[in-house]
Amino acid sequence: MPEGIKDKVAIIGMGCTKFGERWDTGPDDLIIEAFTECVEDAGIEKKDIEAAWFGTCYDELNVGKSGMPLSYILKLPFLPVTRVENLCATATEALRGACYAVASGAFDIVLALGMDKLKDAGYGGLPHVDMALGGTTRGILTWPIFTAPGAFAMMATKYFAQYGLSPEEGKRTLAKISSKSHHNGTLSPKAHLRREISVEAIMKAPMIAWPLGLFDCCGVSDGASAAIVTRADMAKNFRSDPVYVKALQIAESSGEEMMYTDWDSAHVETTYRAGVKAYQEAGVKNPRKEISMMETHDCFSITELTEYEDLQISPRGRAKEDVDAGFFNLDGQIPNESDGGLKCFGHPVGASGLRMVYEMYKQLQGKAGPRQIKNPKLGLTHNMGGIPLLNIVSVAIVGL
Amino acid sequence: MVGITSYGAYIPRLRINRKVISSAMGWFNPGALPGEKATVNHDEDSLTMAAAASIDCLNGLERGKVDGLHFATTTSSYKERQGAGIIATALDLHSDIRTADFTDSLKAGTTALLSACDAIKAGSTKNMIVCTSDCRVARAGSSEEQIYGDGAAALLIGDTNVIATVEGAYSISYDFMGQWRTDSDKFTRGWEDRWIRDEGYIKMLPEAISGLLKKYKLNIKDFAKIVYPCPYPREHAAIGKMLGAEPDQLQDTMLSSVGDTGTACPLMMLVAALEEAKPGDKILVASFGNGSDALFLQVTEEIEKLGERRGIKKHLARRKELDSYEKYVSFSNTLAIEKGRRGEDVGPTQVTTLWRERKSILALKGCKCKRCGTPQYPYQRVCVKPGCGAIDEMEEYSFSDKRGVLFTYTGDNLAFSMNPPEIYGIVNFEGGGRYWFNLTDCELDSLKVGTHVEMSFRRRYIPEGRGIYGYCWKAVPELT
Repeated sequence: MPEGIKDKVAIIGMGCTKFGERWDTGPDDLIIEAFTECVEDAGIEKKDIEAAWFGTCYDELNVGKSGMPLSYILKLPFLPVTRVENLCATATEALRGACYAVASGAFDIVLALGMDKLKDAGYGGLPHVDMALGGTTRGILTWPIFTAPGAFAMMATKYFAQYGLSPEEGKRTLAKISSKSHHNGTLSPKAHLRREISVEAIMKAPMIAWPLGLFDCCGVSDGASAAIVTRADMAKNFRSDPVYVKALQIAESSGEEMMYTDWDSAHVETTYRAGVKAYQEAGVKNPRKEISMMETHDCFSITELTEYEDLQISPRGRAKEDVDAGFFNLDGQIPNESDGGLKCFGHPVGASGLRMVYEMYKQLQGKAGPRQIKNPKLGLTHNMGGIPLLNIVSVAIVGL
Repeated sequence: MVGITSYGAYIPRLRINRKVISSAMGWFNPGALPGEKATVNHDEDSLTMAAAASIDCLNGLERGKVDGLHFATTTSSYKERQGAGIIATALDLHSDIRTADFTDSLKAGTTALLSACDAIKAGSTKNMIVCTSDCRVARAGSSEEQIYGDGAAALLIGDTNVIATVEGAYSISYDFMGQWRTDSDKFTRGWEDRWIRDEGYIKMLPEAISGLLKKYKLNIKDFAKIVYPCPYPREHAAIGKMLGAEPDQLQDTMLSSVGDTGTACPLMMLVAALEEAKPGDKILVASFGNGSDALFLQVTEEIEKLGERRGIKKHLARRKELDSYEKYVSFSNTLAIEKGRRGEDVGPTQVTTLWRERKSILALKGCKCKRCGTPQYPYQRVCVKPGCGAIDEMEEYSFSDKRGVLFTYTGDNLAFSMNPPEIYGIVNFEGGGRYWFNLTDCELDSLKVGTHVEMSFRRRYIPEGRGIYGYCWKAVPELT
């Protein structure tokens, strides 16, 4: 049984750009914007950084491959930069690399930065998902023509059928999830979409992929986010309120969801597995009681609904009851997407994971302004890359 | 005796009423034919239709015994890449077989059939598929747009368990340029239709058929059915009369239900005749196109043992009206629609990958773990069953002939689709195995979790810059 990462590494500074359709901003600007806020927040200078982990997913749309772009854009002084990519878990993967580097004793001060610039694709929605998932391999030549909304919509179809929800009931439950996040987004200055959307308006929105309508889908945007991590025992030298890393877990599909007949298509197996390991690593026995707040991967409303169950907050098939009770609202027992989530920030794939940690970090420090959650102790972030059939999940837990 | 040992056919599900065409284009060309015609879906072409007819033909028979495949069409996807080879791969036939395309003339179907008979008579082959299909695209507002229909037929030729022996043939060849397409034409060009009718059909069909009767000392009255194409209904009847045949001897041309299917037409009519045939019947078949092949068959007792085929009858009964002329011309790319950046942004097919993975991609072949018995698609070297994980203990396993159940699905309006929404879902196969596929030939609101499906060979995309027609297998609601 390994010791795990708990309380070995602390976050002492973070930065996050405004997310949105940043037509006048290039990938370089996004990186510099997140980095500048991050080092100022940490109270360090560039020369103090010893190594960096750089996450970007759609590199062909922005800076290209390798760690070099981070280095030459920020003029880092010949530092080791590791480029990572793990779809939507990319930024969390960058944080994981940085934390492991510090925990190993190889470095004391490390930068993790995630960025994606998706709005240069030329059309709405995620650009060519099929290519991102191996567009020229045999896998994709045997797959249907699909998009991300459709791949997740299949999970909604099955969830409704499995738990006996009529399309109307199912869509209403999902609409409540999106409406909640849109409310939180109005309180979040860096969010892309900042207006209230009613449950009725969400239910009536144009269909994107049946049964998911426009407001069941998160936006696509540009953004970057960054963190400076250091050894836990050094953290208070930098600030009085560092945030400690409690767990960092990743789980990847084994292929059985897609090719073996056990998976029910009404949950995400990797989320469940990564959650179990993260709780173990953080020493969380009863997540429903112990987790204070979450930022889960709400690329689509159905994803968020199944996460409540997969992360063992709600019992199987009964997340609807918690949604109806407002359990995940800003004033509920475990607020989810207090900043508006992917729903309002949009999803620059390589930046989202650190954007979520940024929100947990600010909440734990009591700096979340009008959306401040009362006395949070443990925050959970979750990313899911790929599609329910075949995916990567990361779960991070941070706390005081 | 050499002859037909099995038959099959395919007619696309979509039918367009000719009134839909004339209400769109009547301002330009007021002439309208009665009835409807079959038209390919956006993901069908001559290769997919011929594959479907061949699958129908091979139903219940051992594919491993097929040692040759002839494909007859004037509308193959490629000028250089054999259609027969693509179909043989989709059918998962052995590689040590003889394949050939017969093309460039509407009589190519009967020629392909006679060549197969000759090969078997000579002892070169034993069991050959002869499949034929056409989906000719006509110019908007042309009379051909009213006439042409799409469809396919397939015959298995052999010398044992023959259901209809091929007794004799008589061919004529003329460089009669009634209609033509050059190597760069998308649409057929034609000379005056009265000339095609009078100098073509009315002269050449009787010449070929009379030649056959004379050569084999036959009387036209001996035939239960007489099969020959002619897109002019009055002249079709007149030719019969000229030959001394009674109207009920003439096999329906399906002009008002399917349309003129070109190369496929005479053999589709033959399949329809075989569906009604009794042992002892004689059937006469003649094609038309740069001359004619005439041949005659003798139906045997074996026909009663052949299992039921979908053939013409069941495919005719399965139909969905296409009520939009605009969709009709968009599907055939006669009207070029805006595909947008997402439509253009598709990964290039790497031909090396396509070659290595041809069995997975074109034949829907997977594997079955010898240790735990789990079928899986596509072929895996490491068993996917949790707890098994055996490495390299697989045997080949075919999914193309397996029924499945729709486990979940969606209709996607964001994905580029020629017929939005793009429908896809997860299929659990009877006997084991799961994968996700596009669905076609269905409407979103007709589907539910648990819908029974079968697999169909379809076109995945058209070239546009890549020069490759992609093919794949899609799920379709089971045809009952």
